[in-house]
Amino acid sequence: MIFYTRRAIKDIWENRFLNIVTIVTIALSVLIVSAFGLFFLNAQDMFNAWKKGVRIMVYLAPDTSEAQRLDTRYRLQTIAGIQSIRFISKEDALELMKARMQRQTSLLDNLRENPLPDAFEVTLVTESNSPEKIEFLAQRIEGLPSVSEVEYGQQWIDRFANFFNLFKLVGYGMGAMFFMATVFIAANTIRLVLYSRREEIHIMRLVGATDNFIRFPFYLEGVIQGLSGGLIGLGMLFSAFSAIGSQFEQTLSAEMVAIRFFSMGTCAAILGGGMLTGLLGCFFSLKQFVKE
Amino acid sequence: MTSMAEKSAVIRMFHVHKRYGAKQALVDATLDIAKNEFLFISGPSGAGKSTLLKLLYLAEPVSEGQILVDGMNLSRIPHRRVSMLRRKFGIIFQDYKLIPTRTVYENVALVLEVRGMKRSLIEKKVKSVLRVVGMEDRRAAYPPSLSGGEQQRVAVARAVAGDPKIILADEPTGSLDDESAATIFGLLNMFYNRGATVVVATHDKALIENATGRVLQIRQGRLDTPSDI
Repeated sequence: MIFYTRRAIKDIWENRFLNIVTIVTIALSVLIVSAFGLFFLNAQDMFNAWKKGVRIMVYLAPDTSEAQRLDTRYRLQTIAGIQSIRFISKEDALELMKARMQRQTSLLDNLRENPLPDAFEVTLVTESNSPEKIEFLAQRIEGLPSVSEVEYGQQWIDRFANFFNLFKLVGYGMGAMFFMATVFIAANTIRLVLYSRREEIHIMRLVGATDNFIRFPFYLEGVIQGLSGGLIGLGMLFSAFSAIGSQFEQTLSAEMVAIRFFSMGTCAAILGGGMLTGLLGCFFSLKQFVKE
Repeated sequence: MTSMAEKSAVIRMFHVHKRYGAKQALVDATLDIAKNEFLFISGPSGAGKSTLLKLLYLAEPVSEGQILVDGMNLSRIPHRRVSMLRRKFGIIFQDYKLIPTRTVYENVALVLEVRGMKRSLIEKKVKSVLRVVGMEDRRAAYPPSLSGGEQQRVAVARAVAGDPKIILADEPTGSLDDESAATIFGLLNMFYNRGATVVVATHDKALIENATGRVLQIRQGRLDTPSDI
């Protein structure tokens, strides 16, 4: 093994230009696909955080009595999938509105009557956060007596869910395309190395080298190239993440969302993917070449 | 019943033909080469000498006929066993076939590395054969920096490093001056005297005249009646 590794490193050094091309290609592919993955990972985190905050606002009819309100609250409590219920009186709602509008409060000061209704703010359990379940719950609540209107971000969630599914699909497609393109490029650069060393391989055969003796250092080269490319690509991504991430951090921390880099496991999987790319590149070019 | 000569034959060819398209490179060649024999295959350029040698180490397949090498039938040998067959031979080429990016030492060591020999043993063995061919002090040199005679001596060292049973030499002195040719021939004789079977394909009549051994003439792919000199 030490002998083969030494030979592989020596061969990489002797054909450094072609090997650098392969390593850079793998590094760029890892960088692009991982950048996409990282963006997806953080966007998914954000979406999940927003989804957790999904609330249903249940507005009560203007003439709802105290007893009817308590009855509605009781009925809401019996519905499965609801985590908490908070009553917001119309006075509290107006205060909240004033606090949000800050400079335009004079508009509200001139109101003779509070136009806002009493309402319940309903928070859902995490399992009920799918668009279908939210819609189902909203319909049930809407059917309760004294409820005049139910409001929730259904369309928004639907759109985002669709967007994310599409995003996921594009991501997988892009990943597969980059993987194939990189394997193709790696296979071709290795084929060039093999071509430049065909006389040497021929001589090795004449002195009794087996196919495995010839192939093994090339496979090792592929793995080393893939690992180097993966490390460089991930390193570049981490540098970019560190530089750009800190600028977003403050904005996102206000939204209770922390951006993060890949876990160690994911990094290892990406490096494994890089190595597999190099290995497959070798496999395809050697399959043709060593057959003779 | 097999004769003693057949029993001791390390290479046997039976009605071997080799065709390249319409061209007949070897026609109905039947031949026994005995263990520890020194055999010259002589003939003009293009007569089929190199083709005959190539068939022995399976650089080319036969078109018709059978070849046995040390009991191995080359027609039935699977691809994965070809390397084993080639390890029985030490092959010397007119154009040396040394790897230019490897040192003299590495070129010779390659033969032993493919056999999976230990590093310490390889070092010992390579040193020993380089000493025999007088190239020990050039072990770190690269082939392009050597003269033709020196390169051929390295090629001889590589051919004998694995202690092969048979040495095949295809025009080993073809590109060398008289002095270098004599050195190479002296080395071949030495390994013959140590028990190897040596088959030399050459068109160099002077070389044959000064040597002892069986001579086979080949003309237009046909082997003539063997003669001893």
